[in-house]
This record gives sequence, structure tokens and C-alpha cells, in this order.
Amino acid sequence: MNVALQPCRHCGEPVTAMSPAAPDFCCAGCAGAFELLGEMGLTSYYNRRAFDPKVRALRPDEDEIASFDFTELASTDTDGHHHLNLMVDGIHCAACVWLIETLLQRNSAVLQARVNMTTRRLRLSWQGDISDIEDIIRPVMQMGYRLIPFDPAALEQATTSRNKELLRCLAVAGFAAGNVMLLSVSVWAGYFQGMGGATRDLFHWISALIALPAAAYAGLPFYRSALGAIRNRRVNMDVPISLGVILALGMSLAQTIRGEPHAYFDSAITLLFFLLIGRYLDGRARGQARSAAEHLLSLNARSITVIEPDGTRRLIAPQKATPGMIVLAAAGERIGIDGKVIDGQSDVDTSIITGESIPVLTRPGTTVFAGTTNISAPLRIEVTATGGNTLLSEIVRLMENAEQGRAKYVAIADRVAKAYAPVVHTLSLATFIGWWLIGGIGWQDALMNAIAVLIITCPCALALAVPVVQVIATGRLLRAGILVKSATALERLTKITGIIFDKTGTLTTGKPELVGQPQQDKLMLAAGMAANSNHPLSRALVRAAGNVPPQTNVTEQAGLGLMMQGPAGPIRLGSRAFCDVAENADVPSDITGPELWLSEPGIAPTRFVFRDTMRSDAPEVIDTLRTRGFEMTLLSGDRESTVRQLAETLGITNWMARMSPTEKANHIQARADRGNHDLMVGDGINDAPALAAAHASMSPATAAEISQNAADIVFQGDRLGAVIEAIDVARKADRLVRQNFALSFAYNVITIPLAVSGFVTPLFAAIAMSSSSLIVIANALRLHAKSGKSDGVGIKPATTLSQQAGI
Amino acid sequence: MSNLLLLIPIALFLGLLGLGAFLWSLRSGQFDDMEGAANRILFDDDDVTPPGNSKKFHQGDS
Repeated sequence: MNVALQPCRHCGEPVTAMSPAAPDFCCAGCAGAFELLGEMGLTSYYNRRAFDPKVRALRPDEDEIASFDFTELASTDTDGHHHLNLMVDGIHCAACVWLIETLLQRNSAVLQARVNMTTRRLRLSWQGDISDIEDIIRPVMQMGYRLIPFDPAALEQATTSRNKELLRCLAVAGFAAGNVMLLSVSVWAGYFQGMGGATRDLFHWISALIALPAAAYAGLPFYRSALGAIRNRRVNMDVPISLGVILALGMSLAQTIRGEPHAYFDSAITLLFFLLIGRYLDGRARGQARSAAEHLLSLNARSITVIEPDGTRRLIAPQKATPGMIVLAAAGERIGIDGKVIDGQSDVDTSIITGESIPVLTRPGTTVFAGTTNISAPLRIEVTATGGNTLLSEIVRLMENAEQGRAKYVAIADRVAKAYAPVVHTLSLATFIGWWLIGGIGWQDALMNAIAVLIITCPCALALAVPVVQVIATGRLLRAGILVKSATALERLTKITGIIFDKTGTLTTGKPELVGQPQQDKLMLAAGMAANSNHPLSRALVRAAGNVPPQTNVTEQAGLGLMMQGPAGPIRLGSRAFCDVAENADVPSDITGPELWLSEPGIAPTRFVFRDTMRSDAPEVIDTLRTRGFEMTLLSGDRESTVRQLAETLGITNWMARMSPTEKANHIQARADRGNHDLMVGDGINDAPALAAAHASMSPATAAEISQNAADIVFQGDRLGAVIEAIDVARKADRLVRQNFALSFAYNVITIPLAVSGFVTPLFAAIAMSSSSLIVIANALRLHAKSGKSDGVGIKPATTLSQQAGI
Repeated sequence: MSNLLLLIPIALFLGLLGLGAFLWSLRSGQFDDMEGAANRILFDDDDVTPPGNSKKFHQGDS
């Protein structure tokens, strides 16, 4: 019955015989979208698109259009043109970009519609009335894309402008490096072919003219960072770099003025060029991961519906709510504010806050919190707390306290610099004193040799050793759906010895599943009734039964159950009390968990038991991690019996139940004080302080916004294997970083004696620097090579489908 | 050697021209969407015709 016939002609999802629009379409929305495209003559879209398995299927939502106030973030310029930035969800390939732009441009009010395929954002300009926007974007919504307005000023502006600055610096340095090198090669050739002194000096002067302003501009990112470090009495890699560049330029200028044969303009500017390439790629890779993470977050963002005293409804952003406002939370909607229920009775899924997997019954007077999901019936909620008084801001305060420790972490490159800089500077000073006092040459020549030491030891390869590896590692994880947000996350990940898991939503899917094999006819009856409800247990019943025609005339009593008039009397599906089953009724007690009862008149009631199921690869992942020697802990806010059950199934001996957010964070803090480095994996709001307190942290993309912000790494998909994948890549990257450091030190061991003894010429310096940089980059590229050795549990890199399908 | 006096300024001028062009294109946002730019050249221009004549055009090829 539920055999897949063929993929839906619009969204490509399987069509089942039960689909209302079978056999061609999976749902009415897809059929409508197909028809609309046909009317507009755009069906060539279907021929040219390529599905990306990682992107949500293009199935239109039935009721999503009204979830935002699109006019709120729109701006109007003096010409009366309106502009709006939107995130687009559901872009599979370039054909989607084409389709969205074409659909919008068919509307004569639209002035400009441009989709940025890299960031999946749409910039829309239109004329006429500002409220026309909903009509303009409706066709795009009908295709199944989701559009979410956002404020570009609030989003990662800092990263973008920093990367643009790096790119500008890179361009200037590249231009200068090319031209100075052109002149330098001539000078080097001149050593052997007898270039005249006047020509050589002319070339040096021209080099100075290009290199000095270029280095002054292109080196700014390094000088700024070096100054900042020195002000804080620290040393980072940028200090020796800045010093090396400035001294090389200063010495070369002095040499040029004196008409000497050796100048190092090319070394200084090429050094900047190489380093800027590393910096830029590093910034871009992290920018991509961050913007992907922001994209995920804004998909969860929703406006709240406020009911005005006169009964009208209005959509506003949750942060604009004030105490006393009445907010409507529809069934199935996420509650956006903290408040008290004043009308309605429903079940609320609080797992994101408490870790409790069974929904909580709410009725007037119950307090609800932002982030929880209203399940069965609409609720009217009076806003009681905003801003600093909400549960969320309480968690934020806990998080800020917990984060202190992590801020102290010093990146490996800076630790190396801290040891490296004094050694190099002492060596250089020793060279100067040695040549001047013992060697008996003039102080100018002694200074030249000393500066040559600084130039040759300038940590060109050293400064590339980390960023290049990071770029490749971050990129590789990004393709596997793992977003590395923090710069030092991978380094910290290599240090961990213990892993702490949250239960609900992390080790488990957060969705209950039916346990056991109930009688088939009872299951079909119960599932038919349950098809009318949004309650997680009802949904689980429907999933277990497969395709069941929904029963009609079913009424839902929120928090209790479902009722239907059968031929012999009322049939009930719901809690034990609702079905009049005695508290002490005989039940096979070996299975515990949330339960539903089905009672029919005159027949013994049937019991359905559910369990929050594990992620499919959880046992495998836990086993692998255990064999690798990690110490595993399970911390949950859920009740003891459920936590014990899961811990025993997975073989985790360390577990704690009923943990509050503070207790979780304190537990991790206490472990850290004992010298443990823990990785925290969690998704709930209650996990956020713990995520911030842990040495490193990961959260799934389904996690609460605040947890995703707190986590270093966010992973997409249903598989827990991402944890192993991230640890694997982090370790491999760490190995390569260390190799790279070793390579650059080896280089210095060879070149420093030459520099100290005064044999270094500009040609030699140029060759040594470029070749060491290239070797380091080549070594880092090995990370790209197959990762076949991993245990097969990690996420397989998703196939990339960026190519245009044959037209 | 006097040709150097001509050739070096020419080389520098051309280099600066390239640099200027790059900085201009960076400022005008041409580097904001590298992935999109790579794919856009594959769009058929006749598909993005203004409304009105597009319908007729498409009946043939779909």
C-alpha cells in the first residue's frame, strides 16, 4: 500500500498511493507548483535542475506564508523604491537561482531580484506599495522555497568587511610583489652579467617606490594585530612578521641610499603576499561556515502573533513583545516568549529546556517558556517577562560565566610565536654584538648581518603552517555538513579526553517511537484516530502503522486524548485516566516509557508504549569512541528511569539524570578543574551553559538557537557520526600543523647559520622563503586526500551536484 | 638602456590598471557570489526575457 510509485514530478520525494495528487505528485502543493510553472512557461526548470540531497525537498508548505511580517525589515529609499533582504531555503542548484529570479522578474513591480548562490540570500527591490511584497514573493513560496527576511546590518557584517579588506590588501601586495620581483630578477641576473651600478640603483629605487607604499597598506592587518598583542603584553605570530617586514624594508632603503648591491624589497613584499593568501582563505572558510550556521538559525526564527485588545492579529518579532501582551501560539508552533497561559489547554513539548521527552499538559495558569513547542491546541499566552527577565537571558548569564575559561585558550600558532620570537630576537642581537665586538667589522655591516638573520627567520612558513591546514580542514568538514564556527575549535578538539552527551535530541532523535508489536487491527484503529492529532505520540502511532486513512469525527481533548463515536459506544485513545484504566491495572512492566491506551466499549484496553529512539548510528559511534579511550558521560534533565535505560543500552556507565542547566555546567567545570578536557555534545537550551563551559562543544543543527551559538561546531543531519568525523579531521589537522612547524624549523636550522655568518643574499632569501612556504602548503594539501582509514562511521562527504543537468 | 625608461613605466602603468580594475570590481560587489557567477553564464538568456513575449516563446521547447 505504501510502496513508492515514482518520485514526485515537482519535489522529487516519493509519491505513495495515499497521496491526494497521485500518481504524479506527492501533495496538492506540488501539483499546484507544477501547474503554475506550466502556465508561466517555465517548465524547462525541471530539465535543468539537479537535486542536492543535503537540501530540503522543494515541497511547498501549506501554512507558512503568514509566518513573517515582511514589511518590517524592508527599507524605502528616496525614489520610493523598496528593498528587502531575504534568506532562501531550498536552493538545490543554479536552476533554482534562475527560477526564483525569473519568477520575481515576471512581476512588473519588481525592479531587481538577485540571488546570491554562495550565501543563499536574495536581494529584492520593488516599486509601488510596500505591502505588495507578499504578492510578489507568493509564487516563489508556492514553488516550495522558504523566504525569511533578515537584517543585513545585524548579520556578520564584521566578518565580511574584514575579508574584503584582506582581499584588497592581497590585491595590492600581489601587484607590488609581481612588479618588484620583475625588477629583482633583473638585478639578480645583473650580478652575473655585469649590470652597471647606476642601473641597479635605479631598479632599487623603483622597487622602493613600489614596495614601501604597498607594504604600508597591505601590511596593515598584521601591524594592527601585532600592536594589539604588544599592548596586551602578549606576543603573537604577527609581531615577528611585522618586525621582519619593517626591518627588511628599512635596511633595504638604507642600502639603496648608500648604493649598496643588496636590497630585500622583493622578500618583504612577497612575504606579505603569501601570508595574505593564507589569511584571506582562512577568513573565507570560516565566513562560509558561519554564514551557513546563521542560515540554519534564521530558518528557525519565527515571528509571534499578538492579539490586540480589539481582537486584530499582528505579527511582531519576539524581542518586541512587552509584558501584558496577549500572544497566540497555534498548535504545532514554537512559543516565542515567556508567559502564562490564560486560555486553552494543550500539551507543550519542553524537551528543549528540560530534556524531558514527554510533553507537559498546560492549562490556564501554567507558565510556558520561549523555545518550547505547543503541540495539540491553540493557546493564548500573556507575556510576563521580556528582556533580562526571561529564562533565556538567565541561561545567557550562566553561559557568560562559564565561557571565561575558554577565552583564556591560546592558539598553537601564538604559543609557538611566544617561544619563537624571543629566541630569534636574541639570536639577531647576538649576531650584531658578535660581528661588531668580536668579528671586528663596522657597526653598519654588523647591523646588516643581524637584520639578515631577522629576515631569514621571519616566520613566513610558520605563519602559513596553521591557516592553510585550517582552511582545508574547515572546508572538508563543511562539505560533510559540519560547520566549524570557532577559530580554535579544531585545536581544542584534539585535546579532549572525555565526551559528555546530552540525551534528548542528541543521543536520541527527540521523537518517540512505538515499542513492541501491538495487534495489527488495534494499531490500525488507533493510528486512524491518531492521524487527527499533532501530539508526538499520535504521530509515532501513525508512523508505525504506515499509511492509514484518518478516521473521521474524532475530537481531541488536549492533554487527555482523542475520542470517536464507534458503533458500540465511544472509543478513546489517550492517557490511562482518560481511558478509565485503573492505576494498578496489570501491565507487562518490563517496558517503561510514555504510553497511550486504546479503550473500546466492552473490550480490554490496549496499551501502546513508546520510547525516545536513539539516533540510528548512536551505538556504533559510542562503541567506536569507547574503544578509542574516551571517557563517556551522559547528562540529562530527563527522569532517572529513561536515562538509565538509554545509558545501559549504550553501555555508558557514567550517567546523571534530572540535571538542571546550572548543575550541568558545574559538573563540567568541576571536571575541568580536575584537569579533564571534555567535549560537550548537546542541543537543548538547558545545555547552553554546559556547552560554553566545556573545552570544546558540538550541537546538532536542530538545537536551540542559543545552543548553536554557544557551540564551536554545528553538525547537520541525523547521524551522530559527525562527532567522530570532526575529531578525526581535527587530529589529522593537528598532525599536519605540527609537521608544518617541524618543516619550517628544519628550514631555519639550515638557513640561520648562513645568515649569522653573513652569507645571505637577497636571491638566497627569496628562494628560501618561497620554497619553504610552498612545501608547507603542499603538506597541508595532504589533508584533502582520502580519509579512507576512518572507521566508516563518519559522515560520508555528500555528493556535490553543482553541475547543470544536461539541457 | 634608454628603452628601460620607457618600458618600466609602461609595465607599471599596466599593472596599476589591472589593480585598479580589480579594486573597482571588488567594490562593485562582483566577488560577492563566486559560485553564482560560475553558474550564471550557463543560463539561457532567452529564458529571462521580460514578461509579455516569454509565454509564446516557451510553448515550443517545454
